Amino acid sequence: MDNALASTGLTTQPAPDPHPHETAVHAEHEHVALPQHRHHFETEEQQREAGSFGMWLFLVTEIMFFGGMFFAYLLYRNWYYPAFAAASSQLSVPLGGTNTAILITSGFCMALGVWAAEVRRRKMLVVTLILTTLFGLAFLGIKYDEYHEKYELHHIPGNNFNVSQFVNPAAYGIKEEPLAPDMAQKTQIFFFLYFAMTGMHAVHLIIGIGLLFWLTWRAHRGDFSSGYVAPIENFGLYWHFIDIVWLFLFPLLYLINRHPLH
Amino acid sequence: MAHETIHTDGTQDPMNVTNPEHAQRHIVRPLQYTYVFGTLLLFTGITIGVAYIDLKWANPVIALGIACFQATIGILFFMHVAYQSRLIKITIGVGFFLFLVLVTMTMGDYVSRAWGMW
Amino acid sequence: MSAAIGNTIVSLPDQSTAQIPRHNYINNEHGLLSWLLTSDHKRIAILYLISITFFFFIGGAFAGLIRLELLTPQPDLVSSDTYNKFFTMHGIIMIFLFLVPSVPATLGNFLIPIMLGAKDLAFPKINLLSWYLYMIGGTLTLTALVLGGVDTGWTFTTPLSTHYLNTHVITAATAIFVAGFSSIFTGLNFIVTIHRMRCPGMTWFRMPLFVWAHYAASLLMVLGTPVLAIALTLVALERLFGIGVFDPTKGGDPLLFQHLFWFYSHPAVYIMILPGMGVISEVISTFSRKRIFGYTAVAFSSVAIALFGFFVWEHHMFIMGVSSYSALVFSLLTMLVAVPSAIKIFNWTFTLQKGSITFETPMLYAFGFMGLFTIGGLTGIFLGSLGMDIHLTETYFIVAHFHFVMVGGMLMAFLAGIHFWWPKMTGRMYPESLSKLAAVTTFIGFNLTFLPQFILGYLGMPRRYHAYPPEFQVLNVLSTAGATVLGFGYMLPMLYLAWSLKYGAIAGNNPWQATGLEWQIQSPPLMENFIETPVMDHEAYDYEWLANKTRNEVTTVG
Repeated sequence: MDNALASTGLTTQPAPDPHPHETAVHAEHEHVALPQHRHHFETEEQQREAGSFGMWLFLVTEIMFFGGMFFAYLLYRNWYYPAFAAASSQLSVPLGGTNTAILITSGFCMALGVWAAEVRRRKMLVVTLILTTLFGLAFLGIKYDEYHEKYELHHIPGNNFNVSQFVNPAAYGIKEEPLAPDMAQKTQIFFFLYFAMTGMHAVHLIIGIGLLFWLTWRAHRGDFSSGYVAPIENFGLYWHFIDIVWLFLFPLLYLINRHPLH
Repeated sequence: MAHETIHTDGTQDPMNVTNPEHAQRHIVRPLQYTYVFGTLLLFTGITIGVAYIDLKWANPVIALGIACFQATIGILFFMHVAYQSRLIKITIGVGFFLFLVLVTMTMGDYVSRAWGMW
Repeated sequence: MSAAIGNTIVSLPDQSTAQIPRHNYINNEHGLLSWLLTSDHKRIAILYLISITFFFFIGGAFAGLIRLELLTPQPDLVSSDTYNKFFTMHGIIMIFLFLVPSVPATLGNFLIPIMLGAKDLAFPKINLLSWYLYMIGGTLTLTALVLGGVDTGWTFTTPLSTHYLNTHVITAATAIFVAGFSSIFTGLNFIVTIHRMRCPGMTWFRMPLFVWAHYAASLLMVLGTPVLAIALTLVALERLFGIGVFDPTKGGDPLLFQHLFWFYSHPAVYIMILPGMGVISEVISTFSRKRIFGYTAVAFSSVAIALFGFFVWEHHMFIMGVSSYSALVFSLLTMLVAVPSAIKIFNWTFTLQKGSITFETPMLYAFGFMGLFTIGGLTGIFLGSLGMDIHLTETYFIVAHFHFVMVGGMLMAFLAGIHFWWPKMTGRMYPESLSKLAAVTTFIGFNLTFLPQFILGYLGMPRRYHAYPPEFQVLNVLSTAGATVLGFGYMLPMLYLAWSLKYGAIAGNNPWQATGLEWQIQSPPLMENFIETPVMDHEAYDYEWLANKTRNEVTTVG
């Protein structure tokens, strides 16, 4: 607890270097006044720590933000399980699965980007950031395709919502048990949660891609090649967080009941 | 060796006492990222495969279990929490704990609404 | 202990020789842009103070209109729809634009870095962003007001807000959403600052209790507010697209909204009151010249209030159709919150015991706080009890209860804090006798306004109606008369504080002989607060340390 009992000496002596090939990284800790250093922090390290702690606190608020919708999902799934199962089976597992893989790959590229920034490889950082962006855009493209299909089937909640596919699945060539009309109405709740959750997720992705353009430009300029990794690192946290939200959304929305006719 | 540690902690660097909670600056190596990446993809495949097998009540449990496992390794390694200070681990713990409070306390209302009505 | 009392300073130091320091944060830069684009926490605090005061008086005007309508039993001043808009705007403005940011964003912003010995908050630009988000939220609220108002009540209860009203619900919800993010960023900034920016020697248990209280409130802001954001987003989507998540005809559950809403909005009352409790701790200690009795207990009781605050939200919904078993659990948990609140009141009282008490204006407000908050807290126990709640909820009893906590408690604490730190913020003293008059006027006006409402509520007068049976008129007239006195009591500080900016006596560094770090630097402070990073080598509220320091200063100068 008494961690603030500290001397204010700012210039550290370079410790014996255990890894000579990483000297570039190590030099950062000599607390020279780097241009990104803000005046009100005692040390570079304090600034970096504060930044990542702040980012994590923000992500905790995001947990609670998505948490409200996850709770709504849990409640209505328990109340209207047949409707949720039938509606979930109308989502495309190949598209959803591909998107999951794309997003994981994008996260992997981002992780490599953080590493590239840590070891100060400018070109590699730019390439990984561009790859991250491209995979993010690919995800959005597939997501758009899925949304468009739902639009054509009148599965977007609201006044034009159409339940006929769930009341009479045989007429549409779907091998599902038909739902009673009142239960079929409840598929609308599923689709609302589907659109709200994936939509909110997509909004986060779009914001993330916007930030990626800016970061790529700055990385190209060489801002992150001198040991100043905090923006890349903190953006990485945000990007991975979006990935992790999707890792929950995918099984919860797409895979509720994929074995109905046994 | 998939990763290595740059030591700048309080024990080695007596001047770095401003943030002793931040024990080590750790750079995760690409090979370790690749392992995590492979594991995430593998478990995505498993979760899809298991969904097509009828395991009654166990289906959602397994699906959620796999998602939690994926999230955990993502948080620990992609997001470097395994090498972060205790403060950050506690912060994340508090976030998930509060989400569970929201879920369990609210669900308590919904579950018990029908009690005593028969 | 008795030796310590012998050393304490009872008479205030001579202020005739004090001067406004040549360099300070106010005259460091000039021009409007230097304020609007500042990242200095002290300047942002002043920006907040101005904007919050503005919204307070708008919210207050609506309170005046409500009381004016209720002067007579007949609905004669405005139509029922307009009346609904009055109390809705009063609630939204007072809660989201005044009470939630009141102490944290003004006094907290100004003082937390100084109390910790830091140069600024951890994220100065995000701090400025919070203020802009607050202003956007405020502007949107005013937009909703100008376009014709909202009449959902500040609670946005579904399905009323989603299906039955055709007013500017979405604009108001967006306003609160944006203002909510302002509050999240303020809380986030405080938490990181308290963890990461403490000066050497400033351990957790040397921090002033003001900082502890803000730490607890910040936790609530960060963890609770996003749930409100998602609840209001869902209301907006329900209105826009009719998606059915809160619509029983489509299978949704309106109570789900209330669960999500109160999951934030109950902790929100602790967001409002905890910083006020922090102010009271500082004021009580300073004007008793005594260390706060049971420092650790008071510090932990703040965190305990924050923790328990997340386990009691359903007591707002006892009559709404929740399960009676669940209601039983929540009713019992509600009683838990009374414990840390009582710990605070008892410890403040013990601090007063055998202290060298003087009655400056902040202390008068603090005494007001202790009395009124205790009444507000105890009536909360009535309301938290299941059986009583069925009789009392949705009546004026509940209105009186939360006004005792929020206005009698928080507003008194806010004014105590503003007076207490006014010399530090501006370098000038407020006029003492006039401000004592204002404090007493506020106290009398407050009690005249809200004590009759307890009786009205107990007799069964429902809230949110603009007409009532004639036998309630006497008490309502008393209440309206009290509101007039109260309004006068609030106008006074605004006038004389503005006056003191130019004509007030120059305060000097430490007019109260208080021990906090903020009192050891010049007033108004430098742009960077400290000339060199301070080292905290004594406990908080150590008056012996201060007496030694003062004595040594005198010898070196003399």
